[in-house]
Parts: sequence; C-alpha cells; structure tokens
Amino acid sequence: MKAKLFDYIDRDNFVYNLSGLTKLMAFICLTFSVMFSYDIRYILFVLAVSFCFFRISEITFRQVRTMVIYVAVFLLINFLLTYLFSPQYGTQIYGTTHEIFRFNSRYTVTLEQLLYQVTKILKYASGIPLGMIFLLTTNPSEFAASLNRIGVSYKASYALALTLRYFPDMIRDYQDISLAQQSRGLDLSKKEKLSTRVKNMMNIFVPLIFTTLDRIELISNAMDLRGFGKNKKRTWYAGKPLGRNDYIAMLFSAAILAGSVCVSVFVNGSRFYNPFI
Amino acid sequence: MKKKLFDFNTKTIVATGLGAALFIVLFMYVKIPTGIPETDIKTAYGVGAFFSALFGPIAGLLIGFIGHGLSDAILYGSPWWSWVVASALTCFITGLVYPKMKIEEGEFGKADIVRFNVYQVLANIISWVVVAPVLDIVVYAEPVNYVFTQGIVAAVCNAISAGVIGTVLLLLYSRSRSKKGSLTKE
Repeated sequence: MKAKLFDYIDRDNFVYNLSGLTKLMAFICLTFSVMFSYDIRYILFVLAVSFCFFRISEITFRQVRTMVIYVAVFLLINFLLTYLFSPQYGTQIYGTTHEIFRFNSRYTVTLEQLLYQVTKILKYASGIPLGMIFLLTTNPSEFAASLNRIGVSYKASYALALTLRYFPDMIRDYQDISLAQQSRGLDLSKKEKLSTRVKNMMNIFVPLIFTTLDRIELISNAMDLRGFGKNKKRTWYAGKPLGRNDYIAMLFSAAILAGSVCVSVFVNGSRFYNPFI
Repeated sequence: MKKKLFDFNTKTIVATGLGAALFIVLFMYVKIPTGIPETDIKTAYGVGAFFSALFGPIAGLLIGFIGHGLSDAILYGSPWWSWVVASALTCFITGLVYPKMKIEEGEFGKADIVRFNVYQVLANIISWVVVAPVLDIVVYAEPVNYVFTQGIVAAVCNAISAGVIGTVLLLLYSRSRSKKGSLTKE
C-alpha cells in the first residue's frame, strides 16, 4: 500500500547521491518559485526542469501511481470549485474581458478565467514531481542529519526521524487492529449507520492510540537511559559531507527562485503575467 | 514534577515523532465524509488535539506541521503550505492548555473538559477561519469567497473531531492512570 512510499531503496545516480539537505533546499526553492509566480511561461519552464530531474532520478511510474490519481482528482475538484465560486476572478485580476461563450450572466467563460485556472493547475502540477523526488530518493536518517546541519534543533530533527522510522510500523498496527476488530464483527463499510460507524471507528482508534502511548514510554525511557539530550550538540551516523554536485544543485535552484522573483518584478510588474493589455 | 509550558524533554520528542506518524496514518485512512468535497471530518485532528493537551504546545506544533506536511506530500506530492501552517497553529494553540491539566495524575473532570474544548474551539477558529484563508489568498491567490467557505467548513469539522475524539480519548486516558493519593496506608 502507501507504506511503500517510504521504502527507501538505494540507487546510484545523480539525484540519489545528492545530500538530503540539497534536496530539501532545491524542493523548497523550486516550489516557492512556482508558488510565487503566476507567469505561465515561467511555470512551464519550472515544470520542464522538474520533469527532467524526475527522469534523471529513475523513479518508475508504478511507484507513484496512487499519488498521481489522488492529485488528478484533487486538481479537477479544485478547478471546478474555483469556477463555481468565482467565475469572474480572472477578469478581476487581468482587468479585461474576452468572452468566449456564456451560460448565464454570472457564469460566462472568459479567456482571462481560463488563463488563470490553467496557470493555477500548472502551478500545482509542477510542484508534484519535485515532492515525489524528494520523498522517494531521500534517506530518512540522512535527512534528519542534514536538517540539523542547517540549524534546525537536533531534538526537532530527531522527532522527524522518529516519525519516518515509525510510520510504516504504525500503518501495520492500524491494519492489524482494524482486521482484528472487523473479524469480531465491527462493520466499517457504508452499510452501517454513520453514528455506529463512528463508534466502531473509535474501537480501532483507542487500542491504536494506547499502544502508541505505551511505545512512547518505552522509547523515551530507552533514550533517556542512553543519555539522549544531555549535550547541546550531537553527531549523526548517517551525516554526509556536501560535495561539488550539492553546491551546483543548490545554486541552480536558488537561481530559479531568484529568476521567478525577477520575472515578476522586472518583466511583468506584478505576480501575474498579463497578455491581454 | 512541575509542568512548564514549553517543556521539550526526551518524552516530548518521542511523543512528537510517534504522534506525527499516527497523525499521518489517520489523516490518510480514517476520515468521516461530510458530503462536501475536499472536506471530511478528519480524525487526525482529534488525535492532534489529544497529543497537544497531553504533551504541550511545542509537541503540538511539530505534530501538526510534520504530520500534515508529510501526509500532503504522500497523498498529493507536495504540501499545501497554508493549510500545513494552519494545522500546526491549531495544535499549538490547543497545546497551550497543557500546564493547566493534570491528566497524568488521573484528573479530568467537567471543568477540564470545558477548558480543553474552549481552547480547541478557539484554536480551530483562529487557524481555519482566519489564518488558512488569508494565507491561501496571499500565497496562492485563490478566490476569496471560495477559501472562506472552505475555511469555515474545515473549522467546524475539525472542532467536532477535536471536541468528540479528543475529549473521549482524554477521558479514557485519565481513567487508565492511577489517581494521585489513591493509595492508603493500612
């Protein structure tokens, strides 16, 4: 199931060999650059770049299929709802109206609205390959180590490492408990009334949470006994020094972010690219 | 042991890590549909509120941030940052109730229930009706009425989730603890 997503498999290629820190920085820079810009040309450029990296990282489609379906549904719903709530938002942003056809006086289809919504979809779409690359090619322990290196407190980084480490366990626990309760006759399907279903859900929930609380006790005692948190700093077994490729990749992504801001400030004069004036 | 508002010891760290993992699992698997698209009653927020009340605002902040960020990343490939921030804020504000609670000592009476719920309702209103839509508009330039409708629905759903699930869990947990001074000398 989705737990497979955290099955980190080591490969030897350009993207995998970058440090977790580099990948995080690149991910943040590139997603922020598309988040900031509403210029469809620049977004297409970033989309192309992120697909290039996706190819280089040798991720197979099978690994990301579920995610792609989810994203497609989400984008479709967002597209429809945006139109339903604000069919004239494009006109409001770009200041002109080029009508194509109309359903009634409120719901008209304008070029402006189309541009706005297509741009928005591309914005989200271009962030997705980046997120997948980041999730699938980063070693969790190494990632925590590199977070600590950029100044995140090691306790917070350790919490994140624990999350990544225990997430698959938690899914297994959830499935075990859920199946055990269902075999005792708890119905979770649509056949049951909503109120009963909620009550049945609580019966899965409570054991899951109480085992988690026990586990918290166990792990924190083990860590305390080994002297965790005594000193201000700690070293990381999985930490990796930055190489030449890391610096190149970081510079490249910083340049893309700077480019996005520059295009908005100097070329368009705002976050939106306006071809209608 | 006296509780401080911003405690961050080994136990908090582990609770944060495992709490966030739990948050992700519930976020992905256990939702109760409301009939409005993109808005389910997410049981994850109930657990988020529970952990925040039990382990404090810092744990809550990180659980909301890591939990929502990672589950978005897993489901959609990329986190929806404005909502991730709102999640973190909800759990943080709910966590402010932490120093006033004595759940570890088995005490969770009517006054505590009311206090917990006041905090979580306030937290949900601030994060989902104010912060999330404003960030949506500033960061993503989403249409105004769309995000506010979404925000209000989300606030109601999450407040129900935190109120029902959070309260029930806290009650059950406090009962499983032995009360302070429950031993008598014979």
